[in-house]
Amino acid sequence: MTVERKLPALSLVVLVGPSGSGKSTFAARHFRPSEVLSSDWFRSRVRDDENDMSGNADAFEALHFVARKRLAAGLLTVIDATNVQREARAPLVALAREFHVVPVAIVLGVPQRIALERNASRPERVDSEHYVRKQYADLRRSLGRDALGALRREGFASVHVLGSLEEIDGATFVREPLWTDRRVERGPFDIIGDVHGCLAELTTLLDRLGYVVTQSGGRAHPQGRRVVLLGDLVDRGPRNVDVLRLARRLVADGTALCVPGNHDRKFLRWLQGREVRISHGLERSIAEVEALPADVQASFRRESAEFLDGLISHFVLDEGRLVVAHAGMKREMQGRASPTVRDFALYGETTGEIDEYGLPVRANWAADYRGEALVVYGHTPVPRAEWLNNTICIDTGCVFGGRLTALRYPELELVDVPAEREWYPPIRPLNAEGSALSAQHEHDDVLDLSDVTGKRIVESRLFRGITLSESETGAALEAMSRFATNPRWIAHLPPTMSPPETSSIDGFLEHPDEALGYYRDAGVRKVICQEKHMGSRAIVVVCRDADTARERFGVLDDGEGAVLTRTGRRFFDASDRERAFLERVRAALSAAGFWERFASDWFVLDCELMPWSAKAQELLREQYAAVGAAATSALPRVVSVLEAATSRTSDCAPLVEKFRRIASSAESFVSAYRRYCWPVADLGDLRLAPFHLLAAEGRVFVDETHEWHMRTLAELAAVDPPWFVATPWRSVDFDDPKSADDAVAWWRELTERGGEGMVVKPWDFVVRGRRGLLQPAVKCRGREYLRIIYGPDYTADEHLSRLRQRGVGRKRALALREFALGIEALERFVRREPLRRVHECVFGVLALESDAVDPRL
Amino acid sequence: MLLTITTTIRPATDLGFLLHKNPARTQSHELSFGKVHVFYPEATEERCTAAMLLDIDPIGLVRGRKDSHGSDGLLAQYVNDRPFVASSFLSVAIAQVFGSALGGRSKERESLAATPIPLTATLTALPCRGDERLLKELFEPLGWRVRATGRLLDAKMPEWGASPYFDVELTGTKRLSELLSHLYVLVPVLDGDKHYWVAEDEIEKLLRHAGAWLNTHPRREWITHRYLRHQRQLTALALSRLADDGDPDEVALEHASEEAAIERPLSLQERRMDAVLERLREAGARSVVDLGCGEGKFIARLLQERRFERIVGVDVSRSVLSRAKERLGLDRAHSAVAARVELLQGSLTYRDARLSGFDAAVAIEVVEHLDPHRLAMFARNSFAFVGAPVTIVTTPNAEYNSRFEGLARGRLRHRDHRFEWTRAEFRAWAESEARRYARSVEFHAIGDEDPELGPPTQMAVFTSMEKRT
Repeated sequence: MTVERKLPALSLVVLVGPSGSGKSTFAARHFRPSEVLSSDWFRSRVRDDENDMSGNADAFEALHFVARKRLAAGLLTVIDATNVQREARAPLVALAREFHVVPVAIVLGVPQRIALERNASRPERVDSEHYVRKQYADLRRSLGRDALGALRREGFASVHVLGSLEEIDGATFVREPLWTDRRVERGPFDIIGDVHGCLAELTTLLDRLGYVVTQSGGRAHPQGRRVVLLGDLVDRGPRNVDVLRLARRLVADGTALCVPGNHDRKFLRWLQGREVRISHGLERSIAEVEALPADVQASFRRESAEFLDGLISHFVLDEGRLVVAHAGMKREMQGRASPTVRDFALYGETTGEIDEYGLPVRANWAADYRGEALVVYGHTPVPRAEWLNNTICIDTGCVFGGRLTALRYPELELVDVPAEREWYPPIRPLNAEGSALSAQHEHDDVLDLSDVTGKRIVESRLFRGITLSESETGAALEAMSRFATNPRWIAHLPPTMSPPETSSIDGFLEHPDEALGYYRDAGVRKVICQEKHMGSRAIVVVCRDADTARERFGVLDDGEGAVLTRTGRRFFDASDRERAFLERVRAALSAAGFWERFASDWFVLDCELMPWSAKAQELLREQYAAVGAAATSALPRVVSVLEAATSRTSDCAPLVEKFRRIASSAESFVSAYRRYCWPVADLGDLRLAPFHLLAAEGRVFVDETHEWHMRTLAELAAVDPPWFVATPWRSVDFDDPKSADDAVAWWRELTERGGEGMVVKPWDFVVRGRRGLLQPAVKCRGREYLRIIYGPDYTADEHLSRLRQRGVGRKRALALREFALGIEALERFVRREPLRRVHECVFGVLALESDAVDPRL
Repeated sequence: MLLTITTTIRPATDLGFLLHKNPARTQSHELSFGKVHVFYPEATEERCTAAMLLDIDPIGLVRGRKDSHGSDGLLAQYVNDRPFVASSFLSVAIAQVFGSALGGRSKERESLAATPIPLTATLTALPCRGDERLLKELFEPLGWRVRATGRLLDAKMPEWGASPYFDVELTGTKRLSELLSHLYVLVPVLDGDKHYWVAEDEIEKLLRHAGAWLNTHPRREWITHRYLRHQRQLTALALSRLADDGDPDEVALEHASEEAAIERPLSLQERRMDAVLERLREAGARSVVDLGCGEGKFIARLLQERRFERIVGVDVSRSVLSRAKERLGLDRAHSAVAARVELLQGSLTYRDARLSGFDAAVAIEVVEHLDPHRLAMFARNSFAFVGAPVTIVTTPNAEYNSRFEGLARGRLRHRDHRFEWTRAEFRAWAESEARRYARSVEFHAIGDEDPELGPPTQMAVFTSMEKRT
């Protein structure tokens, strides 16, 4: 006898049966081994003997612990234990409720005689007869005659009593998705907020969305789009009955999905004849119903009750990417089923407080929402539909004289129609004084520590799974908190840049051969060589005006842009200086027509700001100039004392020679750093060399070649020379050996003139080689310049030979990750993701920068 | 890098016997940091000069050095002044190459070693932060005439100011061993940098070499303090790479002690803690979160009273927290203290769920370390998220600064202070935040009040309205 039974795909299955009732065999037949948690197994793991009853408490503690992990992960779980006492089952029901899964009981009703026989054949079970008899007594006592009813009363949502061996052997189970699971429905959808009987607005909105009236009086969309109604169809408005009829029609035709609202629920209870308080607009719905002619009224009541009773609390749609519910849905409840989930879908969460209008204060679950799925909901009338942490409330208070709003999915466009009039006076003014900032920006005012610290793995488009250690994020927290500027401005931080492998050419530590070779060997055909300016890295974030700063960056009263150092500090201490600087950049963007050309009111530019001495004053004075001063004052005296000694004892001649060389190196060292220093009296003495046009509205320009960046930014530089510097560059085509020779010659010429060197980049911004992402750039510094990195006398053979032992592997690993994080930050920003998502990436760059890598590389 | 010693005693070439170095040839010694060469640019009956040249290996200093924490070499940069200046390396060289002379021993010229003789010593590039008066204050009480020559940091960049190095000539009639011991101790004292060579026996060395003269030196305390000050644990190098201005912990410590020195006459810190404690007792607080707890001074005070059952200290700096942990003895197992107190790395500008649910939150001398544009976040965090019924904030009263003798006009008390408020400014900020977050606020003075300038420290106590009713 085979009976097919239904089992919710996400449930906690509690097997009930005494020892010897065949639970383990039964479980093995119907479930995967990983799904079954057996008390015997856990007992054997905590005591080495599954029959050692002293291990019971420990075994059940461990079993519950594992069960919790499985349920949190959304996995069906079977409890294989006797569960003959109510006290044993109650915590399991509570567990199922806590994780919003369906508690299912399966009772194995094996006759006591058979259980005793089976136990008797298992000699390892000491005193088993006593136990089995007791278990049967417990079972009878706790379940009584009506096992099904008793277990339902205990809270099991589904109970299977298999009363005989035949029934046990014949049972089969079919797993069914939960009713809320509509992941296979991919849309496209038009999701509509609280209608509240506003029929005219609803039909106008459906028209605007492109739905056409069908013969049955329903609607259909030529492109097969479907409507999702977010509930609260009735109450307060003028045409509650007709809205309900239309909704029923649409759902019946398959044109619409509908979730229930709290008003619908209350209306249903009234329809069912239960006692409800008639208020908050229910009186209007009731009046309409009662005005219907008697025969119509009876069928309307019946059909409406049936329709409303059948609505499902919420839906998970489009492969889990979209969740719709009347009052919202927390991540841990999505796609699950419990009274708590249903209540949350209807009412949301309240804090228990009452506001000045006598309404319950709603807990802002959306503020804490961190889910992947987009949640669209209504319930709380808001002046405008706004995104917050991947959620959006589209109840724009139509019945109170606001608007009826639809969200087109997956386009994420809002379409709305104004209310024809105020149909019901709002209790709380709809347009209560709002913030100048958007909901997301307002919410982002304070970032959460748990979103950045501890060991983290950050996902990025260019590099999967970037791991940040706890000590790295700890160091970044300090740097961010103490020194970095307003996080809203930090939409990007630049990556570190690796030098080439060490050169073997006499007298050189770095040479273009290795830099070019890196890309050639990786299979790149064409690269660009850009002059490396010796200044300070600057990320220039510039808005067209204060409105853009507010609307796009959420910044009030903190400038219309920011100039950032590579660690996210403000470049200029004085805000008037920054303002003047940005004004100059803005003027150039205007003159070059960039605002219009890129249809953007903001830009992020990656630049070098010169002179070096403008920012690095302290470093220069305390390190470089100090070394120069000490060396150039001590060495001439050393040389003269040595020369005096030579006239007496010839054996110090080699010393004279050595220290003459060091003295001359010291002079070269001083000239080397001096080239990058000049006094800055005012803004006009600065030089800005932008080399990446990183991002603008809607775009991160990593899909453009470096040649495009060079040419585009040269246009900008041409507007205001020499303040703006167009970076000189050369291209190298590896199929043309001469072009590489030319680049090397160019580098020699640049560096012999005192230039820092050059940066070699692949022609395309993002390039993958055989072994994954390639370095975004490799720097190749000049021989003279390197004195300020490796010391005045590093070119001496004795030093150079040791300096050649350096490894660039770690530096390159960091460069790739930082590059990926920096770009990811911009891409998230451009997609208007919450600040914490952008911040996570730039925080990651800082975290990686705290890594102990040879700072001279 | 160069020390010369000249004498005009007759025969001057006896200097060779005193130093145990033959004037006829150049002698080189291998030391851990490089080579030391000793040679004589002049050696006549009338006048003899010995030169000690430190040939420091700049690459060796950086490479392959691991400090006790296993992190990178002590010198983070190849570009550093060590090879060219008179530093603790010179002391090492004196001890190892002129060891007998430093000890006053000479096999061949025993009595000469014990006799004051005319001596002139020159040092190139002796670091001295401050001006040459300091050099005189250090060497003149020991019987030396001091001639110091300074120069510009960079002749082409006059706006960068003076070089911190002096060429120094000391002249006097002293025993050679005295000269060497003075240099042995005072060169590292003048050099602001760390002693890369020091071991645990630093105090012993100081006493051995300076015991005879240090006790009567007018700058005795300063010398001892400077000599011993670098024993502190080296701090996270990772951090120094992020902070562009050197080792932030060293700097912060130094700044904190500067601030304490400025405020010392009032023992303001004690009175501040007393005042906050008094308010906490009054409020009946049993759990307290100390926002910006630093090294845990206030936590130590809270621990003395059993009424404070749960104490959490938060600081953004992990190295500061580890010092606090040490100071409070939290690393010792089964400590009764550990059960009541917890230290967390956190930030005043990030929301932190671990910090809610306390009876009181205190931020003692903390807000002034925040950039003004982050104050709004601090307030939202403190009042809306930490949200303790009682929040206490103390901060300097900028008006009072003119009463501090050690503080130049217009300067702030601590180099990391981003601002300091007048009484009116503090009031305005506190009252507006109190309105925004439904708190009542009271102000208290801490320290002796000046009739015009007010108290040195000001305190605001915010109480949530619910708590009141």
